[in-house]
Order: sequence, then C-alpha cells, then structure tokens
Amino acid sequence: MAHNKETKKQELILFLSDTDEREGLLGKKNRKLLTDPLTDNNPITVQVLGICSALAITVQLKPAIVMSIAVMAVMAFSNMIISALRNLIPSRIRIIVQLVVVAALVIIVDQILRAYAYDVSKELSVFVGLIITNCIVMGRLEAFALGHGVYKSFLDGIGNAAGYAFILILVAFFRELLGAGKLLGYQIIPDSFYEFGYTNNGLMLLSPMALITVGLIIWVQRSRSRSLIEQN
Amino acid sequence: MDLINLAVRSIFIENMVFAYFLGMCSYLAVSKSVKTAVGLGAAVVFVLGITVPINWLLDTYLLKPGALAQWMGPEYADIDLSFLSFIMFIAVIASMVQLVEMVVERFAPALYGALGIFLPLIAVNCAILGGSLFMQQKDFSNIGESAVYGIGSGFGFFLAILAIAAIREKISYSNVPAPLRGLGITFIITGLMALGFMSFMGIEI
Amino acid sequence: MDRNSNSYTFLFAIIMVAVVASALAFAATNLQPAQAKNVKEEKMQNILATVGIETTRDSAQILFDKYIIDQVALDDQGKERTDVDAFTVDLKKELKRPVMDQAYPLYVAEVSGEKYYIVPLRGKGLWDAIWGYVALKDDVNTIKGAVFDHKGETPGLGAEITQGWFKKRFDDEKIMDEQGNFIGVSVVKGYQGGDNKDDNAVDAIAGSTITGNGVTDMISERLQRYLPYFKEKTNVKVAMQ
Repeated sequence: MAHNKETKKQELILFLSDTDEREGLLGKKNRKLLTDPLTDNNPITVQVLGICSALAITVQLKPAIVMSIAVMAVMAFSNMIISALRNLIPSRIRIIVQLVVVAALVIIVDQILRAYAYDVSKELSVFVGLIITNCIVMGRLEAFALGHGVYKSFLDGIGNAAGYAFILILVAFFRELLGAGKLLGYQIIPDSFYEFGYTNNGLMLLSPMALITVGLIIWVQRSRSRSLIEQN
Repeated sequence: MDLINLAVRSIFIENMVFAYFLGMCSYLAVSKSVKTAVGLGAAVVFVLGITVPINWLLDTYLLKPGALAQWMGPEYADIDLSFLSFIMFIAVIASMVQLVEMVVERFAPALYGALGIFLPLIAVNCAILGGSLFMQQKDFSNIGESAVYGIGSGFGFFLAILAIAAIREKISYSNVPAPLRGLGITFIITGLMALGFMSFMGIEI
Repeated sequence: MDRNSNSYTFLFAIIMVAVVASALAFAATNLQPAQAKNVKEEKMQNILATVGIETTRDSAQILFDKYIIDQVALDDQGKERTDVDAFTVDLKKELKRPVMDQAYPLYVAEVSGEKYYIVPLRGKGLWDAIWGYVALKDDVNTIKGAVFDHKGETPGLGAEITQGWFKKRFDDEKIMDEQGNFIGVSVVKGYQGGDNKDDNAVDAIAGSTITGNGVTDMISERLQRYLPYFKEKTNVKVAMQ
C-alpha cells in the first residue's frame, strides 16, 4: 500500500515536471526556462516568432502592456492545458486541438477585456483575436508543451510571453516617448524643451518605425552576443 | 467603382504586411528566395480569396447579433453568437486549408508541386485570420465586396513578400554590418518599404 | 483505448467541442451585461461631454437622466417618430437604409436653465469610420461643444480628433452664415482666422487633411437632416436651401 502510494506520487511528479530529479520550484533549470527567452532565446528577435500581431499596437505603452498581459495569460494556460492533455490528444487532430484550445482562451480574454477594460479593448480591436495565430503560442505548444510536464510548460509559457512582452514594451516605450513626448499618456518631456525648439518626431507614431525600431534592437542585441549573428 | 477602390485600398494602402504587420512570421521565414516567395504569395492569395467570403457568409447568417432571425424566424432576433467568431473563423480556415490542399493535390498536381508545402503553413498565418477579422470589422454589405477584399489583401501580401525576397537576394552581395545580417536588415528594409507604401495613403478612386 | 483509432479521435473531438462550447457560452453570457453597460455608458458620457458635463463611467447613467430631458427620433421631414427609441438607434446601421426610412436621433439637454440640442454624427475618415456628437445652443446656430471618436485613424495625426484641444476649436462656432443659410463648420488646413467664431471654419490638425475633411462632411451632412425640425420647433429663422 505504502509502496503504491509512493509510485503514484512519483507518477504525479513525472506528469507535472517530466524529470525524476527533484528540484525546487524555481531550481536552476526551471529558472532558465523563465529567463532564457528574455535574452538569448528571445521569441521575437531570435526565434522570429509572433511578430505579426505585436507591432501594430506599440504606438503607446498602455495597449502594449495590456497586450503583453493577454498574451502571457493565453500562453501560460494553453501550455498548461495542452501539456496536461498531452497523453490524451490523438496525434492526427493535434493541430486542430491546439487551435481550439488557444482560440477558446483568446475569446475568454477578449470577453473579459471588453467587460472590464473597455477602452483598451477598443484600441486593441482585432489584434486580441490575432493572438490565436500568434506563432509564439502555437510554436511553444508544438515545441515544448507536447513533450514536457505541466509545471515546466507553465514556466516556459510565462518565460516566452515575457520575452515577447519585453520587446513589445521596449518598442512602445521609444515610440511613445519620441513620438508623442509621453509615457502611459503622461507628458514626460517638459515644456521647456519644446520652447527650445524640440519637436516630437511624428514619424515614430507611424507603422514603419515599429519595424525599424525592432531592427535596431536586433542590431544592439547581436552586437552584444555575437553567437547569434547570421551568415548572410 | 467601389470594388476597384476597395481592391486598391486593400493591396496598397491597407497592405497586410506594411500597414498591419500581419503574416510577418512567414514573410520573414520564406523570403530568402524569390521562387519560394512566389509560391507562398500565391497560396495566400488563394486561401484569403476563399476564406474571407466564406467567413463573411458565416458572420452574416450565423454569428452577427440578429443574424439568425433572417432565416430562422423573428423569435431568434435576440441571439448574438458573435463571441464565437474567432473560433469559427479559425476552424473554417484550418479546414479550408486542408480541403484546398486535398483538392489541389487531386486535380492539379503541378500546382500542388508549387504550392503544396506552403499550404499547411498558412493555416496559422496571421494574415489569413486577420483578413477575416478585418472583414468582420468593415461590415461589408455583400459577398462580392468581401471576396474582393480577401483577394486584394492576398495580393498585397504577395507583392510585399515578392519585393522583399528580391531585395534579400541582392543584399546577400552587400557588406551589411555583421550583427544586422539576416533578420535585422530585413526588418529595417521592410520599414523603409512601408514608408514608401505610405505615399499611397488617402488615394481615392 | 487506441489513441490512433477513428472512434477515439471522434470521441475526443466531441468531448472537446462540448467542453469548449459550454465554457465559452458560460463566459459570454456572464460577461455580456458588463459589456453592454460599458457601451451604453460610454455613449452617455459622450453625449454629456458635448454640453460640458464631464462624467466618470459610474455616474454617467445618473447624470444622463438628470440633464437629458428629451430623446426623440425624427424622420426625414423633421417629424417625431414614435416607433423608434432614439437611444437605441445605431447610426452605423441606420445610414445603410434608404433615406426615407432612416431615423435621426436627437437628444435635448437642459443644463442650468439653458437648452441644448445634441446631434449624433457619423462619417468617414482616412481609414475607417469616424463619429461623434455635436451640441447646439437654443438658437440652433451656435455650437456648444463637440466630441469625436474614430475607429482607426492614424495615431498622432488623424486620431488626434478625439483630443480636447481639437474639440475645443468647435466651441461657439456658428453653423449658419449671417443670412441664416446653413453652412456647417469646415476644418480648414492653414486656417488664418485665429479666434474668429463667425466664419464657419476651424483650424485643421497638421498632417491629417482627409480626416479633417471627413469631420467637415460629417457635420454638414448630418446637421442638415435636422433643419426641418429646427425650423419648426424653434422660433429662429432658418433659411432652407
């Protein structure tokens, strides 16, 4: 009986974390899952995933932050759900199952935003829906959640969403600051600057500058970690 | 005239890639050579041209508030199924892509050879879902408009990916600063192209 | 059970669809009232803002009931229609119908003894729809205030029509010339008039000509529909073209 209990427990640990070794909730390996996507394995600048829906909403900081939170929620939960079901999903309809789970989560997020954060949801408009086809979500489901335990998948989801959020917020920060002189809607650049002839760079508010800003971020990142440089 | 205007708008002004950044993932991944870019571009035109009108029908006769009342009787006028639209759209897209793949394989093997590998990739291309979501927002009044919008948006994507692929083929002969090579320079060039496309803004025909 | 068998796949699909559908239906029905309330209160906020009453969303309903003394829907002859509830009229849908069948909603407000007529607007900007409300004073000529909103104008350019400093330019502008002919208010690029309130024009936002033209068109197109009503209802002389 006692033995049985022990194996059950063992199985549960395996199911949740897929390794025998016990490590703390945020042991070294688990921490890596969280921090890696922020820098050297960033979903946007290195894995080239999820750029689609990201850039159009980086004109201001606030929608970018809300979008990041929405993506984080969707990724964490979809990773957990798929990972929990990973031994049940018939492989033939795997992609459809993933799409349905993600779409359902996105609908719930969208409905909650409309009910409790109406103004932001208006600004985000169709881009909340586009989280469904955000390649980061599907990419991580395929690459990670299908083969790893629930808890690890959760961390992976949070980590990758944080890496995405980091770039999103960075781009939005520069665009709102340089384009409108504001952050989160508050005036940051003092009036005295404008009196000396400083003007907001309206170009930053237009969509092309989002792309160029990301290009520059990639430049900075790859100058610092040379191993990421591509051949051609 | 409206249809031409709509087509011009969707190809040049509201270009999927340059104005809304949709379909960026495959745009960046498949733009290394002109040949593959043409394949993906054609597949996008094809799938957008099919899914946008189908989703328009779904939206108009099933999902919109009061849509059911049009054909099931007035007692259904209060039903609003629009919360299901994301999931319906993505389901239609995924199954249409499957279907198109099978039909093309069966009846046009040559075309399948050219498009084949790109079709499955498209199911999760944001430009495809984006097309349907924008269609829903724009509230087109008939199926013709939605079809023109779908095909137009597809051609917009085609144009964008073809242009960047041609540029990337040439740029491999240039001495780009090492950290910018590949992804970085592609982003910046796309930004500059988007600036160029902005000059179409406000054109009315 | 074999995970690759047809029956298992079907079973899995059916269970999944049932679970997902019920979860979504549950979420949607529970959040629906809060969403509808947001939309309604935002409309009330916008209407009140044109007569200078700034509210929070929570107090919108109370203040709306207090200041809006009448809501009517008009037909194209300026007669009141009894078959339509003015507040629920959705201009977006209304404008697609034949002119004869359209209902023109009008809100009448009374603030500290002054009477105002509030007209909803809707038109086209550069990218997509723009809309708003404009409040006229009792002389149905002077603008008390205006609010604008948009769906997808360029941020920092056309999208600035929602900003206070742009809306303020409309305050006290006249919609008619001195003979009482209806003109509207034009948004003019390179406006030289300064603070002139009698020239039927305001300064445009730099770099957003088409959005500005949209505002101009929307004001003249919408307001002229109400002229028959204004002519009849008020004692002010309104010349009809």
